[in-house]
Amino acid sequence: MNYSNEMTLEFESISKNESFARIVVTAFITSLDPTLEELSDIKTAVSEAVTNCIIHGYENTVGKIKLNCGILDNTVYIEVSDRGKGIEDISKAMEPLYTSKPELERSGMGFAFMEAFMDELEVKSKIGEGTTVKMRKKIYSTASRS
Amino acid sequence: MEKRNVKQNEPATDFKNNGIGAHFEVVGKCLVIRLDQELDHHIALNLREKADKLIERGNVKNIVFDFERSGFMDSSGIGVIMGRYKKVIFTGGKVSVTSVNSAVDRIFRLSGLYKIIEKYETIQDALKAM
Repeated sequence: MNYSNEMTLEFESISKNESFARIVVTAFITSLDPTLEELSDIKTAVSEAVTNCIIHGYENTVGKIKLNCGILDNTVYIEVSDRGKGIEDISKAMEPLYTSKPELERSGMGFAFMEAFMDELEVKSKIGEGTTVKMRKKIYSTASRS
Repeated sequence: MEKRNVKQNEPATDFKNNGIGAHFEVVGKCLVIRLDQELDHHIALNLREKADKLIERGNVKNIVFDFERSGFMDSSGIGVIMGRYKKVIFTGGKVSVTSVNSAVDRIFRLSGLYKIIEKYETIQDALKAM
């Protein structure tokens, strides 16, 4: 896609980088002048996607997580991908409250939050090759509201 | 509010609070957990370990999670709070949250967690009511 602005970042799948990813995306979309609510929606979605890569994709081994973020016409496009183990049954994984790791006290709300807080969510996965989560959200900037 | 939270999560200040991202205090039979950072999976790991150690000592009946210095939580936080709730519910204990901002409040509402936990303005309010 021909974004008006775009950035790609690759970082290791360690839990410290969850907040790093949130901060980077927050900073990147500042130019769109999002509301605090829109900002926390996007932060939550990014946090869930990156956490999934760490816990499920790589199962706490170290691999690379790619974060791609694009802006076009007041819409933010976010892509988070790993080259981890992949998801066997995507629709099952996306069911609210379903988790494959209850022993880790996972709430099973990750995909539900991504769906609730973003306008669109698409998940692609292949066993042994990895998972890509694509999300989109329109920002109704402060400037256009006044 | 938002600015302050971003600052708290700068890598340089990470692990500042003895690696846990929260302060723990036992007041009577109540464990008060004051979060100092955004509650995510990273913080959740150490947080639950420390909280469970204190709970297993036997004097803790109720738990308060205070969000005054933490303006963000994701689904990992839900897991931590549910997990601690399961620990205290069998002895008739309660879990409450205090000083939650609108972002954290939305996560609690969306997840249905308010069916099992109470929300109060301040830690004092929670301690009085529990």
